Amino acid sequence: MNLTLKVWRQKNRNAPGHLAEYEARDIPVDASFLEMLDIVNERLIEKGEDPIAFDHDCREGICGMCSLTINGKPHGGKGGVTSCQLHMREFEDGQTIVIEPFRARAFPVAKDLAVDRSAFDRIIQGGGYISVRTGSAPEANAAPIAKDVADRAFAAAACIGCGACVAACKNASAMLFVAAKVTHLNSVPQGRPERDRRALGMVRAMDEAGFGNCTNQYECVAACPKQIPAEAIARLNRDFARASLKETLAG
Amino acid sequence: MTSIPRQSDTPDARIPSGPLASKWSRHKMDSRLINPANRRRYHVIVVGSGLAGAAAAASLSEQGYKVSCFCYQDSPRRAHSIAAQGGINAAKNYQNDGDSVHRLFYDTIKGGDFRAREANVYRLAEVSANIIDQCVAQGVPFAREYGGLLANRSFGGAQVSRTFYAAGQTGQQLLLGAYQALEKEIAAGGVKMFPRTEMLDLVVVDGHAKGIITRNMVTGELAAHAGDAVLLATGGYGNVFFLSTNAMGCNVTATWRAHKRGALFANPCYTQIHPTCIPVAGSYQSKLTLMSESLRNDGRVWVPKRKEDCGKPASEIPEEDRDYYLERKYPSFGNLAPRDISSRAAKEVCDEGRGVGPGGLGVYLDFADAIKRLGEPAIRERYGNLFQIYHEITGEDAYRQPMRIFPAVHYTMGGLWVDYNLMSNVPGLHVLGEANFSDHGANRLGASALMQGLADGYFVVPATLPNYLATQKPGAVTTGHAAFADVLREVDDRVSRLLAVNGKRTVTSFHRELGLLMWDRCGMARSREGLQDAIAKIRALRDEFWRDVKVPGTGAEFNQQLEMAGRVADFLEFGELMCLDALEREESCGGHFRVEHQTGEGEALRHDDDYSYVAAWEFTGDVTRPRLCKEWLAYEEVHFATRSYK
Amino acid sequence: MKSLILAVLRFYASSIGKKIVVALSALGLLGFLVGHLAGNLLIFKGPDAINAYAAQLHDLGGLLWVARIGLLVLVGVHIAATLQLAAANRAARPQEYVVSATLRATRSSRLMVLSGLTILVFVIYHLLHFTVGNLHGFYDADGAYRLEDGRQNVYKMMVDGFRVWFNSGFYLLALGLLASHLSHGVSSLFQTLGLTTPRTRPLFRLAGWGFAVVICGGFASIPVAVLAGLLK
Repeated sequence: MNLTLKVWRQKNRNAPGHLAEYEARDIPVDASFLEMLDIVNERLIEKGEDPIAFDHDCREGICGMCSLTINGKPHGGKGGVTSCQLHMREFEDGQTIVIEPFRARAFPVAKDLAVDRSAFDRIIQGGGYISVRTGSAPEANAAPIAKDVADRAFAAAACIGCGACVAACKNASAMLFVAAKVTHLNSVPQGRPERDRRALGMVRAMDEAGFGNCTNQYECVAACPKQIPAEAIARLNRDFARASLKETLAG
Repeated sequence: MTSIPRQSDTPDARIPSGPLASKWSRHKMDSRLINPANRRRYHVIVVGSGLAGAAAAASLSEQGYKVSCFCYQDSPRRAHSIAAQGGINAAKNYQNDGDSVHRLFYDTIKGGDFRAREANVYRLAEVSANIIDQCVAQGVPFAREYGGLLANRSFGGAQVSRTFYAAGQTGQQLLLGAYQALEKEIAAGGVKMFPRTEMLDLVVVDGHAKGIITRNMVTGELAAHAGDAVLLATGGYGNVFFLSTNAMGCNVTATWRAHKRGALFANPCYTQIHPTCIPVAGSYQSKLTLMSESLRNDGRVWVPKRKEDCGKPASEIPEEDRDYYLERKYPSFGNLAPRDISSRAAKEVCDEGRGVGPGGLGVYLDFADAIKRLGEPAIRERYGNLFQIYHEITGEDAYRQPMRIFPAVHYTMGGLWVDYNLMSNVPGLHVLGEANFSDHGANRLGASALMQGLADGYFVVPATLPNYLATQKPGAVTTGHAAFADVLREVDDRVSRLLAVNGKRTVTSFHRELGLLMWDRCGMARSREGLQDAIAKIRALRDEFWRDVKVPGTGAEFNQQLEMAGRVADFLEFGELMCLDALEREESCGGHFRVEHQTGEGEALRHDDDYSYVAAWEFTGDVTRPRLCKEWLAYEEVHFATRSYK
Repeated sequence: MKSLILAVLRFYASSIGKKIVVALSALGLLGFLVGHLAGNLLIFKGPDAINAYAAQLHDLGGLLWVARIGLLVLVGVHIAATLQLAAANRAARPQEYVVSATLRATRSSRLMVLSGLTILVFVIYHLLHFTVGNLHGFYDADGAYRLEDGRQNVYKMMVDGFRVWFNSGFYLLALGLLASHLSHGVSSLFQTLGLTTPRTRPLFRLAGWGFAVVICGGFASIPVAVLAGLLK
């Protein structure tokens, strides 16, 4: 198939960017979207031009490294998949495809389509963990966890930290990302002792990083490759409110 | 048959004396300690942030050491451990089905075709139970039963259910557990993290590993980092095959550079070809996708009995015309036969012309019986995400028609040689996880990679590293030492040379060519002629690479082609060593199958008398002339046996 | 006391803190809407009913002022917090997408600031119109809108007011936007206060729509009835 690509090119974080147009000819329909970009890049290199920089690693939808906004939709907007799992059979011959980076103040562009998502790591540093030292753990089966609780925690823990939620959100909010981790850790008994501290710490880290806030439009949910549900955000709100109330009144 | 201990010419493996079952506790008792107040004066460099690296960095920081951790991804959470699907083994015996530390140990030794070091494997089995405790405490959401206790499943190469799992995303959940522990330590100030930073060389000062040279992948800046010890947890080298289930960025550079600075590279020819991957669809393909081996619990592997049926849809081939060849050949393990055996069996039926799908390179993995028996919802709950991945890639619905699978390179058992302390022959240089050679012998059992990575990171290195550190004055070597400037200059020269070639061929075209060559000649079946031919061709390709590669851009910027070029240049050297190792090992064992050495039935034929050693290669200054050192494996507890899964 | 104030400020400084403030103030305003509608609908019981109701309200005296100031504070807080959040949201994406797409956000959800601000303009107009009364001469000295006992003839004020097409037009337009605002706002409120679960989400969505239809339909029935000549 033949395609016209309009790709965001930006030399580095501080340089201005622009859309550049490329013809992508004879692309196999069974190729993945990133393989299509590989082909385009091989040709650019052969022509002596600068290939398009984009992040990718596992190419099986689990590492969360790939991060393209395709025709305005993070990961192509198909839902439930990452860019690397998107295949060219989803597109039409002759189509024009606009490829932009995930855009947010908290995700500055490193080059072209690659962005810096270290803000997510800083949010996890705010409390997205359970403080247990290696070696100090009790016997694994000492505390049973009901299957439905474990399953719910797992569903939230499936987040791959790709940032599509931020990219899709009209406000560049990271609420779904934070909510997924809070839901995961706050719903299992091991996470209870740090429940309040976690909700407060992660939300503050999120605010500090310069993300927007949630206006309950759930673009994030629609874009999430792991289909983290909106209820996670409700849970985050609840846990934050509870923690704030305790902090404000009890000190 | 008993083993015949012979004189090894590798350095002492420092295996503790005494009975196997008490070696580890005795060793910990005998190990040196560092006063908690002194620990913060030691700086430990950890390269890699996968299960082994993140676990080690977090655990060492918790103990009080100052840690710097490096990864090439934009976040430590993305290391390729994340892609492991099936599970993690542990000798908990929660199922009351006869498991024990000893059985896990024995299964691992046997699965590794008697080419692993007994003491290391026993320790691995011993700490396996602690790993599960640790991960559960971190909040890792393992699958549970209705009673709230942990669930298990069985996995290839074992007859007990000892595998803990989190749907088909066990690696992800375990890595996130380790990543969160790491971030906790970063927040606490114990670990400094360097994402998007690639290690390009090791700095050895007076024979000791004292630092690394890195490149900042965003700015291109080269930098020197000094430490009191260097830990490499940089994964495997499966990408030497170009197509593998490894992430695109996985590479041999860190371990290869360490090798060229003196570290022995052990058993490079031991590569695992995983039987259940999605077949190759076309020449544009950039990587292969694994379908977890756990699928073989409920899926049945078959091909048509007759070549003529291969073109027909599966549904039109009646039961009596199907050959469930694993169940036929290995009745007691059936579809759960170990990976090397299942892969080779798939290759055989495809070689006979009975493969299915494009190019005849595929076999069916059929869930029809399981769906009939358990119902579609049960199958969906167990494997839903895998079926979805399969659907995304192939456009086919595996609930309605059988999956097509084919073997693909998945894991590499070889790696840098380490002693019982996980320290290489270069003092101070420790190697963890897939990057070392130690625990899986010639073949790794399913669900054991996660176990090993976490065992090394959480429990082994934190206990053994002080043995080395206690001999060192903390902070004695700084980047001011001349050795750092020298290595930095060499790295800078190499980057400049890559950019200066300015030829016509892209880096990927070289990588692809090397990969095809390796797959053909050093893949599932290897022969003397094939390997000799491969070595000659790799040398020629390497020459061509340095004559004709085209690396656009400059070194002082975000330059993904330059990153790839450095890695492919190393693969082009490393591939030769792999072939040489395969050539030298005149036997078949585990993932290494030499066509000259097989039984009448086509099964692997080991030669224990001559080859029960670890082949540790020493760099001599010339990549074409490495020196072979042998660590003879002494078996005190187990007896060599022909591996049979019939 | 100082530490309590600092703690409250800290809560308000966070994004979710502001959102909770928006949700809680909205809850108060929703209560006001219900009360206001209930009073207004008395118009269908005839002039005496609504005029008596108006008189009762007036007789509250100081309490009425407490309610008025309370309402004003709610409106002020609701708007101030929202505008701060909106500004933060705009700042969170300095470089807009060249091509932007919407995956599932409703039109109402995307118009919240616009609908809210339009409603604000309407409320000011509405207050000038009926409460201050200087847009329509309701408080003129000639006593056209006074009953014999000197109380206000609210019934006549409403009927006369809505007979003017642009009053009714603006009123209906504002109600349309209010319906839009409520349809997203009510279900959002439950989400922001953390009450939504997978089971209750559809219920709250429905509640949002139901509330919007009942409230706005109720208010709209009065100008419609006036224009249709049912109320004279």
